[in-house]
Amino acid sequence: MKKVTVYITLKQGVLDPQGKAIQTSLHSLGYEEVQEARVGKFIELQIDDKEDLDARINAMCDQLLANPVIEDFRFDVEEAVQS
Amino acid sequence: MKFAVIVFPGSNCDRDMYHAAKEIIKEDTDLVWYENSNLEDYDAILLPGGFSYGDYLRSGSVAATSKIMKQIKEHAAKGKPVLGICNGFQILLEAGLLPGAMLRNKNLAFMCHQEPLKVVNNKTIFTSQYEKDAVISYPIAHGEGNYFCDDETLKELQENNQIVFTYEDNPNGSVADIAGIINKEGNVLGMMPHPERAVEELLGSDDGVKLFQSIVNNWRESHVVNA
Repeated sequence: MKKVTVYITLKQGVLDPQGKAIQTSLHSLGYEEVQEARVGKFIELQIDDKEDLDARINAMCDQLLANPVIEDFRFDVEEAVQS
Repeated sequence: MKFAVIVFPGSNCDRDMYHAAKEIIKEDTDLVWYENSNLEDYDAILLPGGFSYGDYLRSGSVAATSKIMKQIKEHAAKGKPVLGICNGFQILLEAGLLPGAMLRNKNLAFMCHQEPLKVVNNKTIFTSQYEKDAVISYPIAHGEGNYFCDDETLKELQENNQIVFTYEDNPNGSVADIAGIINKEGNVLGMMPHPERAVEELLGSDDGVKLFQSIVNNWRESHVVNA
């Protein structure tokens, strides 16, 4: 069993209205040093080990988990800790 | 002419769409549950607004992977009309039937009000009853209606006259004020504003009637054999 962590972020250059709102709020708290805030999501998957695991995760991201028009993704694969 | 209004779990403008096609335009119309797998008998497919599958991952993304999409793609490939409104537009984008993607509105707010639109392209099967550059009023109701595409796609949309409706006063931050686009072949239209909620004066506008009439008139012209 593998634990896969998928990170999805808006592509650079794509307006991130949530990030902008967070940046504005941080400024109003006095954290003027924040130059940019960007919001993404992260998805954890427990996956049975399989051949072509990376290729299959790539396809999952492309087909469903991320929208390649506006989002970039990357993922880490590690051994799942068995309980 | 026979319309199918596809109903997904979470669709909430399906009845409005049905009302427009059935009661206002008076054409044969069915509400079709998304698990129904036979769309062969229908002449046009209407994808209504709402929150299909609760918009759990991204708006329209889960509906775009549902089984019925295969049939909708086949129907579209045959050149038959497909109209997606609001969540229906988001589904068409996620399914790759139209280019681009939706972002959260630039002000992050859900917006629900009448909005003036310009009919930029009246040479489509959906807009032939409108004058070119007519300014009309439809309601909008969305939180993720900020249409995005890259520069290359935008250029292509402009060169092929695929931009059908633009906002007069862009409420959500959409690229090039885009409110609705059509595919290259001219039979798949997606738009964020709601023509089906603008079909009676009582609703504040009946500007949406001409859109449904355009579909029917164009269908009749190509399907009714001259005696």
